[in-house]
Amino acid sequence: MAYDKFTTLTSPAVPLPIENIDTDQIIPARFLKAVERKGFGDNLFRDWRYDKRNQPIADFPLNQAKYSGQILVGGKNFGSGSSREHAAWAIYDYGFRVVVSSFFADIFQGNALNNGILPVVVSPGFLEKIFAAIEADQGAQFEVDLQNQKFTILKSGESEGFSINPYKKHCLTNGLDDIDYLISMKEEIAEFESLP
Amino acid sequence: MEAKTLFDEIWDSHVVKEVEGGPSVLYIDQHLIHEVTSPVAFLGMEKRGAKVLRPEKTVATPDHNVPTIDQHLSIKDELSRNQVEMLKRNCAKHGIVYHGLGSEGHGVVHIIGPEMGLTKPGMTIVCGDSHTSTHGAFGAIAFGIGTSEVEMVLASQCIMQPKPKKMMISVNGKLSKGVTAKDIALYVIAQITTSGGTGYFVEFAGSAIESLSMEGRMTLCNMSIECGARGGMIAPDQTTFDYVKGRQFAPKDEEWEKALAYWKTLKTDVGAVFDKVYEFDAANIEPMITFGTNPGMGIGISKNVPNSDKLTGSDKLTYEKSLKYMGYAEDDRMVGKKIDYVFVGSCTNGRIEDFRAFAQFVKGKKKADNVTAWIVPGSRAVEKQIIAEGLVEILNEAGFELRQPGCSACLAMNDDKIPEGKYSVSTSNRNFEGRQGPGARTLLASPLTAAAAAVTGKITDPREFLMES
Ligand code: SF4
Repeated sequence: MAYDKFTTLTSPAVPLPIENIDTDQIIPARFLKAVERKGFGDNLFRDWRYDKRNQPIADFPLNQAKYSGQILVGGKNFGSGSSREHAAWAIYDYGFRVVVSSFFADIFQGNALNNGILPVVVSPGFLEKIFAAIEADQGAQFEVDLQNQKFTILKSGESEGFSINPYKKHCLTNGLDDIDYLISMKEEIAEFESLP
Repeated sequence: MEAKTLFDEIWDSHVVKEVEGGPSVLYIDQHLIHEVTSPVAFLGMEKRGAKVLRPEKTVATPDHNVPTIDQHLSIKDELSRNQVEMLKRNCAKHGIVYHGLGSEGHGVVHIIGPEMGLTKPGMTIVCGDSHTSTHGAFGAIAFGIGTSEVEMVLASQCIMQPKPKKMMISVNGKLSKGVTAKDIALYVIAQITTSGGTGYFVEFAGSAIESLSMEGRMTLCNMSIECGARGGMIAPDQTTFDYVKGRQFAPKDEEWEKALAYWKTLKTDVGAVFDKVYEFDAANIEPMITFGTNPGMGIGISKNVPNSDKLTGSDKLTYEKSLKYMGYAEDDRMVGKKIDYVFVGSCTNGRIEDFRAFAQFVKGKKKADNVTAWIVPGSRAVEKQIIAEGLVEILNEAGFELRQPGCSACLAMNDDKIPEGKYSVSTSNRNFEGRQGPGARTLLASPLTAAAAAVTGKITDPREFLMES
């Protein structure tokens, strides 16, 4: 799936200071029945966002006008649970391009990268600082610099580096995906198959 | 030669190419697909004008969405029906074998793979479902992938994967009466937490693991993902070979001998190094039950809900939120708490051994009146065997009905939803908020513990009954 190229992003952030946010919360199973990759953003965090009568739950951050931006900041162990890529689609479709946490579940991290979302791992201490910065000023701006692999709290100027696999960085920067690359490897794959 | 782990051995022999500064291009021997995570992958293929490279290496079945009663009728829910039909159409179009609803080969994808002998030692196996780790029980590298990766496998029979680190979890000693593979799994996850395995691929070893049947090993590897690991595996041995032999897709005659000779070499070399090692004593494990909203929140059934005194900050808040959702308080005693539903099934505990254990336990007893029980075989083959072995009469006499195969209440994408606020003792693998239906409260446990709850209507230590006999 092609997605927009990613280089740098400056944006306010939406805080979700909850740990172990699992994929069943990101997108509940009952919304996985689509056969196209459309409209998942409406159901992102569905059961935390809306009550039984489909009314928005006022104190959930996504429902609070004071929070906005393309960066989602979550507690540790973000994205645990199922392999459903719908979780990444929902986050992207809602409008997030970056998810920050001190720890990501493996499959989610891979799915995010395959869908144009940059997962940024920061230290637990720095994560607290990000939450504190949003708390102090909901409009606070953050800068995500993929080229230099740096996340900055613009107000205080504090920053922290993050790591990313060089190949994945190349893909994100250029909006490329793995599938084209693999299709281009047909001959090598056939050769591998013919080995004893 | 360098000493290698079992994981390294299989991984290295499947690397087509190392991408510079990147992941490996890993060749996939067996691909399994189901209706939920495949449609967008096929759509992507179409957009690219790509063909399925090796259709014979993919096998499909619809499981997540399917009803577990009246399967001969058309699926009522339109969206579910659409997904199932889409899978069927995509398979027909691309020449992929499809085991449809009601057919002999139908069932939960991780149950039918081993049953048919598609799952074999030394393979790489993937599926767009995290519990693909189940197949690791055979000494295979098996793990769940996202839909983009499903498309990669369809298009190239390969995926791009960074190599995970390696973890050894050994469990030695003898399991006590009433303690099953499910309890080992819940115990290990409680010990190392739901993120303790992140970044790792686990090998399970030790005398307690070797003593498990293939069914038990599958249960354990199935749940390896719940500690965050990419997957879990167990070196193949005689138990493995005996299970595979004679199955539909198992090698035959000369081929069998050849395969067997290779499979016997599949083990971690002496001196091979793991990035992390855990050792547990089987004697410390009792029947487990979860009390919170992730699979790591499990305790021995005789214990009380832990208190949060030692937790601080967001850990404490997360813990309190979880208990509030469950309607439990710190220091509560688990035994004796009322329950409403019992679910036996799923790719964790939906195999014949699980129903034998359940049926044997409830034999001559009666289902408690306050309990609704859903007994759901993991596949048609399991269903048929339950009937053939006469278990269905035992179940019926005790007031239980057998349903038809599918994922069912494991993730409640079909009609099998636990109502809001109700307590469900479930043999499945996840107790996340809303996993079994919006507002449902899930208590993960073994089939034995589920059976004890089903006949008493409350959380009950199954050993109480086992001691009597
Ligand atoms: S039984 Fe549950 S865990 Fe297993 S494949 Fe189905 S939904 Fe997934």
